[in-house]
Amino acid sequence: MSTNSNPIEEKDLHAYVDGQLDAQRREEVEEWLASNPEDAQRAKDYQQQNQAMHALFDPVLTEPVSKTLSESVSEVLVSNSEQQSVQGLSNKIPLLRFAAMIGFMFFGGIIGYAIRDLAPVTDTAHSMASMPRQATIAHLVYTPEVLHPVEVTAEQETHLSKWLSKRLGTDLHVPHLSPLGFSLMGGRLLPGEDGPAAQFMYENAQGKRLTLYVTSVEENANETAFQYDQQNDVSVFYWVDGPLGYVLSGEIDKQGLLEAAKEVYRMINL
Amino acid sequence: MREVDQITHHIPRLRRYAQALMSNAVAADDLVQDALERAVSKFSLWRRDSDLRAWLFTIMHNVYVNQGLATSRRQHMMVEAPDVDAPTVPAAQEHSMAIRDMNRALTQLPDEFREVVLLVGLEKMRYEEVAQVLDIPKGTVMSRLSRGREKLRQLMAGESKGTSSSDEPAFRVVK
Repeated sequence: MSTNSNPIEEKDLHAYVDGQLDAQRREEVEEWLASNPEDAQRAKDYQQQNQAMHALFDPVLTEPVSKTLSESVSEVLVSNSEQQSVQGLSNKIPLLRFAAMIGFMFFGGIIGYAIRDLAPVTDTAHSMASMPRQATIAHLVYTPEVLHPVEVTAEQETHLSKWLSKRLGTDLHVPHLSPLGFSLMGGRLLPGEDGPAAQFMYENAQGKRLTLYVTSVEENANETAFQYDQQNDVSVFYWVDGPLGYVLSGEIDKQGLLEAAKEVYRMINL
Repeated sequence: MREVDQITHHIPRLRRYAQALMSNAVAADDLVQDALERAVSKFSLWRRDSDLRAWLFTIMHNVYVNQGLATSRRQHMMVEAPDVDAPTVPAAQEHSMAIRDMNRALTQLPDEFREVVLLVGLEKMRYEEVAQVLDIPKGTVMSRLSRGREKLRQLMAGESKGTSSSDEPAFRVVK
């Protein structure tokens, strides 16, 4: 396209319409169009096509949902202690949950990603291991849901446990946390880092929600004791038990969450 | 943290493109959501020195293709009630008529043309970027752009002459 003495081709006409020519070639095309009215009309029509598309769809750019989205991302950024308000908003705007996700990923995840390939994953203040991170994202995405917090509700618990057992390829018992005031809402299937994962959701009388994330772990993975981590306002306890890894997440105090984690562990090993 | 601003900066544009592609606002936002979900989970694969916008659009294009949305969109259009005869409008509304014609013409444009025409015309991508996003050679971008624009021109000329209802049914745009 940069050779100047070339004849004007079809691609030049389009590049002219789209402003993708250098100044000299543009002049040559203009000169040529001046004496070729048919192509000049075509160029004009194509330009009008572009304008009509912008007139049709540019309003989407300024729709309030997008504005609120970006605002809330900065909200996640500047304050990691206002998860509550972000979640309140995301009830109203479905797309907003990505703000929370993306904000979370960048806020806590970047360093984790950056060092992941360089060093074995360690549980430091700056990086979260992959499984609890996935679980926390899933927690942030689904707990604000009003209409569809779960895919299969607790009423169909037998189906829920059969279905997820089948997908995770192992026998899965759905633990109950009612002794601690959290009733089972149901669960859903999620994409995990290394295959399918299950998420169970619980809610107490005050509307606080906990999620239990369960996923298969590599064979021969070491069983671990409870480990604690926190991102934004979400606290997690996670552990590996047999073929499965578990992450319990919630925006509650550490002690309360530990009690719940102990109960989950007890129920699973009954 | 600057990357967050970059991603959110692109969300309105992803939505605009998706709506132009799907002609159905709800389905379009679903597409954007799916694409963002994928982008977040694949973020470690994004090369920091590469263009984030192109990367995000590539992901969305793949979701669009993989989910068979191109086909389902068309089928969805087919079952919708055909448009009633275009109402007569005052001359002052001629401009908005042209825009409406464009909307209809776009939905009738075959998918491979529509993507190229929109990425170039609406998204103002350079041809090389379009080739990268759609994973096709630049020559194919140029030929699809040329044929797509010409097809749009015919469709719109057909609309304004009112001949569209004679051989092919015109489909209403689903909003």
